[in-house]
Amino acid sequence: MSDTVELFDGTAGQPRIKDRPVKVSVTDANVYYGDKHAIKNVSLDIAAREVTSFIGPSGCGKSTFLRCLNRMNDTIDICRVSGEIRLDSEDVYDRKVDVVELRARVGMVFQKPNPFPKSIYENVAYGPRIHGIARTKAEIDEIVQSSLERAGLWEEVKDRLESPGTGLSGGQQQRLCIARAIAVSPEVILMDEPCSALDPIATAKVEELIDELRSNYTIVIVTHSMQQAARVSQRTAFFHLGRLIECGDTEVIFTNPQHNLTQGYITGRFG
Amino acid sequence: MAQHTTEVVRAGLARRYRREWRFRAYGLTAISLALIMLLTLFTSIFSQGLSAFWTTELELDVTLYPQDIDPEGTRDPQTLSNANYRKLIFQAVYDLFPDVTSRTDRRALQALVSDGATYRAREMVMEDPSLIGQRVKIQIPIAADFDMLAKGKISRDAHESTRRLSDQQIEWFDRLEKRGLVHTVFNTTLFTASDSRQPELAGIWGAVVGSIYTLIVTLGLSFPIGVAAAVYLEEYAPRNWFTDLIEVNINNLAAVPSIVFGLLGLAVLLNVFGLPRSAPVVGGLVLCLMTLPTIIIAGRAALKSVPPSIREAALGIGASKMQMIFHHVLPLSMPGMLTGTIIGMAHALGETAPLLMIGMVAFVADVPSSPLAPATVLPVQIYLWADSPERAFVERTSAAIIVLLAFLIIMNSGAVILRKKFEKKW
Repeated sequence: MSDTVELFDGTAGQPRIKDRPVKVSVTDANVYYGDKHAIKNVSLDIAAREVTSFIGPSGCGKSTFLRCLNRMNDTIDICRVSGEIRLDSEDVYDRKVDVVELRARVGMVFQKPNPFPKSIYENVAYGPRIHGIARTKAEIDEIVQSSLERAGLWEEVKDRLESPGTGLSGGQQQRLCIARAIAVSPEVILMDEPCSALDPIATAKVEELIDELRSNYTIVIVTHSMQQAARVSQRTAFFHLGRLIECGDTEVIFTNPQHNLTQGYITGRFG
Repeated sequence: MAQHTTEVVRAGLARRYRREWRFRAYGLTAISLALIMLLTLFTSIFSQGLSAFWTTELELDVTLYPQDIDPEGTRDPQTLSNANYRKLIFQAVYDLFPDVTSRTDRRALQALVSDGATYRAREMVMEDPSLIGQRVKIQIPIAADFDMLAKGKISRDAHESTRRLSDQQIEWFDRLEKRGLVHTVFNTTLFTASDSRQPELAGIWGAVVGSIYTLIVTLGLSFPIGVAAAVYLEEYAPRNWFTDLIEVNINNLAAVPSIVFGLLGLAVLLNVFGLPRSAPVVGGLVLCLMTLPTIIIAGRAALKSVPPSIREAALGIGASKMQMIFHHVLPLSMPGMLTGTIIGMAHALGETAPLLMIGMVAFVADVPSSPLAPATVLPVQIYLWADSPERAFVERTSAAIIVLLAFLIIMNSGAVILRKKFEKKW
């Protein structure tokens, strides 16, 4: 199996998109953690207003790659990124780009729900407030309500906005984190295994939410569950040992994979 | 095979439980030993010190003769203040014992009253000059030796030459007691007065105020500097040999003997910068040097314990690094920082050695009026009293220790309450 990886150069499928608008375009991305070469020459396009999922076995670099898109890897001292990552036409790693502005445009939802130990209201209001998107109380109230509504949480929490966000159930906390991310009206939302800490019912709700959000946002989701990738995403990218093996429409990847590694992974032969 | 495993487990079970039981026994022994030592300390301090909270006073009928206080009748405050009240008090004492007439006996009788009696009589007259010419009842403090006698701390059985009171004086005291003129009252002097050479007039208020000024200076400097240093070192400083060196040195600083900080204060603050000797400001600066490492170390540990998920959450929605720190990380680490600070402050409150070097060991009879005025602090007051030969200072030393312990308990409970109040779960 490993021989195939060595012999293989380039990516199967369609890493480039031609028929739809592209939101994020990556060319020859490489990531190093100290001496470890974690991402090797990855190039792919992410389509606008679609859900793209990254799948692959543990340690394949899919989360690392995701974190390049909003430069969350900057917080790790030993991490180095090279290559070109363009959001619309702007190079994300350009010196002139401010990470604060970038992260306002590219929001993130993490694996473990991580609401701030503050009230539900404050959790959602924090982003708009620090960016100065809303100044008056009425404006912030409005944003909090619409974000919670879009995250499908409003009906459940509207009577207890002042109670702590950490007191909600796991699934509610994750939807609160999504509401917090969309409160700053990002263009792209990155989700790093958002359902791995949730039970099946909460997972179903979050998946439903992702499907609704698709009409307004470009969403990239890292997931361990192939069923989830098949359910929520329009495009899928399969990573293995730091390389992008195959990328294309989800339907094609799951029904007619071109690379035998992809085939092996989705049929459960390894992973 | 399964049968075999069960047997092996069963055979070892008793030994395992014995081991566990033994371990628990060790722990209980250790805790009991610690408790016994603490109990011994407390019993010894309280059994000696509690009696200092009461004092013996003598009820006197003093005639305030106008010719002695204000012969010209001007009622000028200056004249009233300078009058010889001592003479009036002694006259009142002689009146109690008409049978005592010889000069030497009368001198021995004078030893009954404390200098405090004069002050109290003066205060009364200054407050209400209309009392002049009247015969008034005054409760005066009795001399410390007689107070000790009343509390049973001077043995009546000892030979006359080995105790500070003669048989005659003891007999006089017993007569006063029989006539109901001797009263035991709460010792307010202990809490309102400053240091004095006379034990019955000595109090801890001056030292308490000195300690408060010193701690305010210490807290005002070391908390902001300590928190800023901890935040910079933990969040901003790059990890390299230089920051490692700084870290090692901060840890070292925490272990430097406190007297060295005192010497530094003496050499730099007093001799180079010419700050006043014995002043709480200097004491506070020196103790600030001493508490800084404690606060920095506790602060860094508290910052480290904030979960990375909170940092990621803040950065993920585009907070700048400073916003992340000030809006999320610092508030979450505050309980730990406050605990460290209060522990540092409690340490500073009990510190003596460095303050000796900068002159806070001086005999200060006034309550300090500002952080720049000469002052002493509680532990130094304890040290000074422990060094005094008078019997009555022994119980006052213990009383001062009780007050210091009370302050420490209040501060440490404050730390626990603050931690409970600000602690958040995530």
